[in-house]
Amino acid sequence: METIIANKQVELNEQGYMLDMTQWDEGIARAIAIEEGIELTDRHFDVLNFLRKEQEKGTALSIRKIGKSGVVGIKEFYALFPEGPLKKASRIAGISKPASCI
Amino acid sequence: METLEAPVQAPIKKDKALKKIMIINSKATVDSVYAALILANGARMEGIESEMFCTFFGLEMLQPKKMDHLHVATVGNPGLHIPTMIGGLPGMETLASAMMKKEMDKLDIPTVSEFLDIYKASGGKVFACKLAMEMFHLSKEDLWEDIDGVLTVGDFYNRAQEEGCQIIFV
Repeated sequence: METIIANKQVELNEQGYMLDMTQWDEGIARAIAIEEGIELTDRHFDVLNFLRKEQEKGTALSIRKIGKSGVVGIKEFYALFPEGPLKKASRIAGISKPASCI
Repeated sequence: METLEAPVQAPIKKDKALKKIMIINSKATVDSVYAALILANGARMEGIESEMFCTFFGLEMLQPKKMDHLHVATVGNPGLHIPTMIGGLPGMETLASAMMKKEMDKLDIPTVSEFLDIYKASGGKVFACKLAMEMFHLSKEDLWEDIDGVLTVGDFYNRAQEEGCQIIFV
């Protein structure tokens, strides 16, 4: 479905994940983050930019890979994006919903 | 001044029916331990509070010397499709376990020790069973240093006295 987030027209799937990651910008990220109850800081953006880079490479993201990335530790990742970090961070980063079990 | 800014949305509160999960593992086989770890860690990934309780042979996964050398059962395990008499031959269990670990490596599944670290960093809790520890003559020093405590069955149930809590026996 098409919707307006932060003055931009974006396409979302029924679970609220962006279908086209090129439509993303920081304003959209901040607006989605507010929905998720998170106020974004530079540290959040470090993680979001890493996720977007990995998505571009076609990596299947998992908490384990993020922990090993050197960008953020698992503990901090959970602290930055509480209650479902991988799913929330992916949604805010404008990438597809992760399908990882680990 | 008129702006086109969409109104700032309030956080969407989703009240979850499942708030906390408690996983009991009583076995030392690879399949049982990984099922318990994936369920427990998966709950954290969904924002669900998560605790693990290891009892009987499940304590093997909390012993640093043993946790990364767990086996699959080659006898009494019809899913493996090895005839019982062959499954009982010396070395069969080691061989089958090594093969399974290789497959898990390919799927990027962490070792038990790494998995426990990931789980712990996620905020998950791990407990050992007091009675089983006494049975196997184990002290807290024999167990992984990051466990959150040693519980009696009563302690365990008290931890479950919360709305939205479910207990799963693996």
